[in-house]
Amino acid sequence: MKEIVVISGKGGTGKTSITGAFAGLAKKCVLADCDVDAADLHLLLQPQVRERYEFSGGGRAEIKAEKCLKCGLCRQLCRFDAVRRPADGSSFLTVNSLACEGCGLCAHICPAGAIEFKPVVDGEWYVSDTRMGSMVHACLYPGEGNSGKLVTLVRSRAREIATGNGSDYLLIDGSPGLGCPVIASVAGSDLAVIVTEPTVSGEHDLLRIAGLTKHFRVPTVICINRSDINSAASDRIAAVAEAQGVKVIGRVRYDKAVTEAQIAGKTVNEYTDGPVAGDILAAWQRIINLTEGKE
Amino acid sequence: MKIAVASGKGGTGKTTVAVNLCLFLVDAGLQVTYADCDVEEPDGHLFLKPEIVTRRRTGIPVPHVDPEACNLCGECGSLCRYSAIVVLKDRVMTFPELCHGCGGCAYICPARAIAEVDRPIGSIDRGNAGKLGFISGCLDIGQAMSPPLIKEVLKETPDDGVTIVDAPPGTSCPAMTAVGDCDYLLLVTEPTPFGRHDLELMLKAVCSLPMPKGVVMNRVNGPDAATEELCDKYGVPVLARIPEDRLVAEAYSKGLTAWEAVSGYRTVFADLWSGIQKDAGRCGE
Repeated sequence: MKEIVVISGKGGTGKTSITGAFAGLAKKCVLADCDVDAADLHLLLQPQVRERYEFSGGGRAEIKAEKCLKCGLCRQLCRFDAVRRPADGSSFLTVNSLACEGCGLCAHICPAGAIEFKPVVDGEWYVSDTRMGSMVHACLYPGEGNSGKLVTLVRSRAREIATGNGSDYLLIDGSPGLGCPVIASVAGSDLAVIVTEPTVSGEHDLLRIAGLTKHFRVPTVICINRSDINSAASDRIAAVAEAQGVKVIGRVRYDKAVTEAQIAGKTVNEYTDGPVAGDILAAWQRIINLTEGKE
Repeated sequence: MKIAVASGKGGTGKTTVAVNLCLFLVDAGLQVTYADCDVEEPDGHLFLKPEIVTRRRTGIPVPHVDPEACNLCGECGSLCRYSAIVVLKDRVMTFPELCHGCGGCAYICPARAIAEVDRPIGSIDRGNAGKLGFISGCLDIGQAMSPPLIKEVLKETPDDGVTIVDAPPGTSCPAMTAVGDCDYLLLVTEPTPFGRHDLELMLKAVCSLPMPKGVVMNRVNGPDAATEELCDKYGVPVLARIPEDRLVAEAYSKGLTAWEAVSGYRTVFADLWSGIQKDAGRCGE
């Protein structure tokens, strides 16, 4: 079983559309949507949820007004400016739950024992069936943190399923950026496919995300999406990538069918058999060859 | 006034809106600063091409244990919720990359054996693009935690004039850190199922925040009732509908701004600015 993670650095380059299309092309695969704070793969694959779990990434502090001595030590020590005076002018301090990092220091040091530290549910995760195979996905409650932990959970459950049912591939849809959820989805995978676009920002972000996969020693290839909107930039990206020993495994042309497929709730290759589907198929074929050691 | 530009989905045009709004406001004679808080993938400099005057490294405080002073009592290890400090039989191990910098271990250590040292996580550039002030954070590759760096960028923004904060995508801690203390929040979306879905996540994430909010619909191809209804449902006005334009996309791909490439953009951003002022005024009443 090979674990393939699709990432991009820059957002909106087409990760999810391409991951969805790959899922339809892979014969036996399990899917993991690791873009847990803006998950979209389910919009293409309409999963039937089989198992549902709550996710708690940590705790939050809460000040009990009846015990509080108003000494202010918690406010003085909180490095995250989470202990605040409420807007209603009350003299009691409160903890802003968005700012609270969950370190628990305030609860530990409060001389009156007035601060409770309780685990909170930060989101949900699911094991589902789709027409492409099993899918593990999640929904981080809006505004919550700890996305890296949730990614690790989603990914390891998906890996268990893929190993257990003899799948050939685990396909991971990653999140944009290169911080904690990205690191959690990339580290230790067999191949990272970076989906980029031929723009100055796509190119700039590609170099940073390729630096990240190199840092974690994950073999990396590039797929240039909407490659024909600026062919000169696509060629430049290819030259820079090849110079660093990173292969460009595909160029996918711009086609309105990609957005139309999204509106229809289908993958690109289900929606059309036009040239753009051919581009994606060719890229997937290169990925198969690479992971099977034929290239 | 701090205006944050954010979006649930990546690639909807946050940077395009932020940069062009800055250029409009500078042109209108205001004192403006652009602050790039998308520290994982900062791109504003590609379009604004600022002259960088200062660069400083920034980090988070992590524990350094003095083995002579430590009596292995274990209090630090039992306090730390991130497993960043672990007390073994004969020594204390620290894992700086897991540390959130709360300072708890150093504060509670009865033997005063823990000092804090700075672990660099990124850098902050300051400079100017013509009359526009420019600040940008850049997270080091391999670093997981961007919120401490985002906070440092925000601390450097001036109190006077207008600051446009370019926020990271998503709805989790980095995005919330960037928008949490702004005076006005602009959400950028696109008329696709992914765009709408992630806009709704973002509207849910920010509904408890006190500042007024507005939506910018980018790359619009005719009317989009579904997005308009969604904004209505959350009581957030749509302040601008920017038409899809191949010229803008081509200019963007080359690192040019819509402002430079397409003459009609002045009106779009003039309307957006008066929408923000009206909306901010209404909510302040």
